[in-house]
Amino acid sequence: MDFYYGLAQIVGVHTLLGLSAYVVLLTGQVSLAQAGFFAVGAYTAGMLTVLAGWHIAPALGASALCGAATACAVGFPALRVKGLMLVIATLAFGEGVRLVFFNFDYQIAKGGIKVGPLGGEGFRQIRFFPENGWTTFDVMLFIWLFVIAAMAALWWFDRSRYGAVLRAVGEDELAAQSVGVNLTAVKVSAMTVGGAIAGVGGGLYAHYTTHIEHSSFNVLVATFAIAYPIVGGLSNVFGTLAAVIFVQAFLVEGLRDLGDWRNLLFGALIVAAMNLRPHGFFGRRH
Amino acid sequence: MLELRAVSRHFGGVRAIDGLDLRVAEGEIVGLIGPNGSGKSTAVNVIAGLFPVTSGEVLFKGQNLERLPTHRRLQLGIARTFQNIRLFGQLSVWQNLWVAQNSPEDRARRGFFARWLGGQRGARGEIAQLLEFSGLAGKQDELAANLAFGEQRRLELARALATKPKLLLLDEPAAGMNSEEIGQLRERIQRLRGRGITIVLVEHVMELVMGVTDRIAVLNFGQKIAEGTPAQIQNDPLVKKAYLGGA
Repeated sequence: MDFYYGLAQIVGVHTLLGLSAYVVLLTGQVSLAQAGFFAVGAYTAGMLTVLAGWHIAPALGASALCGAATACAVGFPALRVKGLMLVIATLAFGEGVRLVFFNFDYQIAKGGIKVGPLGGEGFRQIRFFPENGWTTFDVMLFIWLFVIAAMAALWWFDRSRYGAVLRAVGEDELAAQSVGVNLTAVKVSAMTVGGAIAGVGGGLYAHYTTHIEHSSFNVLVATFAIAYPIVGGLSNVFGTLAAVIFVQAFLVEGLRDLGDWRNLLFGALIVAAMNLRPHGFFGRRH
Repeated sequence: MLELRAVSRHFGGVRAIDGLDLRVAEGEIVGLIGPNGSGKSTAVNVIAGLFPVTSGEVLFKGQNLERLPTHRRLQLGIARTFQNIRLFGQLSVWQNLWVAQNSPEDRARRGFFARWLGGQRGARGEIAQLLEFSGLAGKQDELAANLAFGEQRRLELARALATKPKLLLLDEPAAGMNSEEIGQLRERIQRLRGRGITIVLVEHVMELVMGVTDRIAVLNFGQKIAEGTPAQIQNDPLVKKAYLGGA
């Protein structure tokens, strides 16, 4: 069963990553920066529990805040570029974050050994869960608590005026401006919310894998983040969840037995999914 | 209420509008006509804040609008409709109107959280009225993209009204309409005037312009060539030559 709990943990954290990209994508901004906010959240939470002895809950709160703050800072310059240029700019940001952590050393001695992030070697021994007797099942439930909270919050947004305004901006910025929508406020706020969600996801990721390093937050992760809401469709949050399950559970795990053919089939199945359902699994509203 | 003083808007070498003077008094309905390319839509875009002026001033209630972004002009009370309808196609009719409730009155009436994260209930009354006025009652859950053309045009107008404008810029609202629809539009515009909204009507459909406006300004190649009552404009030889066809 531990295998399935572990898989559920992965699906949960990836759903948070996908949801962080979903809210930004609603406004029409294709962001490859979500992995960067994820990384900020991961290192923040890890350092707080390992170096400062915090409990995981406030550490995740700090992850959310740091992710949000970073995203807010990215959100403003992001306004100045559109379309493909935004993709590149956010990609560059994500890589920048990765390289910061690649060079980041901050170790202190605890109980005879040195702990903390060590540049290229990464940040090992993030052992809050094992040290406090959490089982794989406990961790899974904990992760899903946050996933459900994030899904509920975004579901609520979707039904509120804020959600309608986000989507209006995504559809037609000119028309939105002309009816009084402040584009800056809307786009930066969406980026900030995405950053908070990614931050929490990162914090949880750091703790269930117990070891993070810069390569855990690379372009591939950033691409997966945006792929989930695209494959799942922007109609509602369940699309993103469905896409994560499809990719992680079905494609990654299900095809594991196929050896080298897996990569080929992986790509082919994604292409097939996009062709059959170009607007995503839970595509457009009818 | 609205004043354009020697407003010019150039796009590189093209003088879309050139030294345009226009005054619109509160409560008036002023028509803006002219051949295609005469600068009518550019004038609307400049008033709405989509482009800055190359020279000259746009004043609204005495205030120079220079550099005010479009959404802030909306809050002053300037709303516009688009010539090629720009609805939020993937949103419902209801949501299209809901998204537009950004006027200072709306902001004052409900708190920040209620306005942004509250449910639909708070806006129900007002939106129902807008739907009623525009003949869209019962269509609130339809996706805007699925509406018939005439309904889309009505929604475009309703959405501008949702912003509680004081000045409404209508950019060719009658394009593609049949006689009956034009009659209904004319009636709606007159009802809006009854509510105290000042209207600038950019239009090609003479049936509407002549029937509903107090005054008309005629543009040609970015310049005003005539201004007067509908009767005066219809008989003006310059206008006839440039636009209405034959002297």
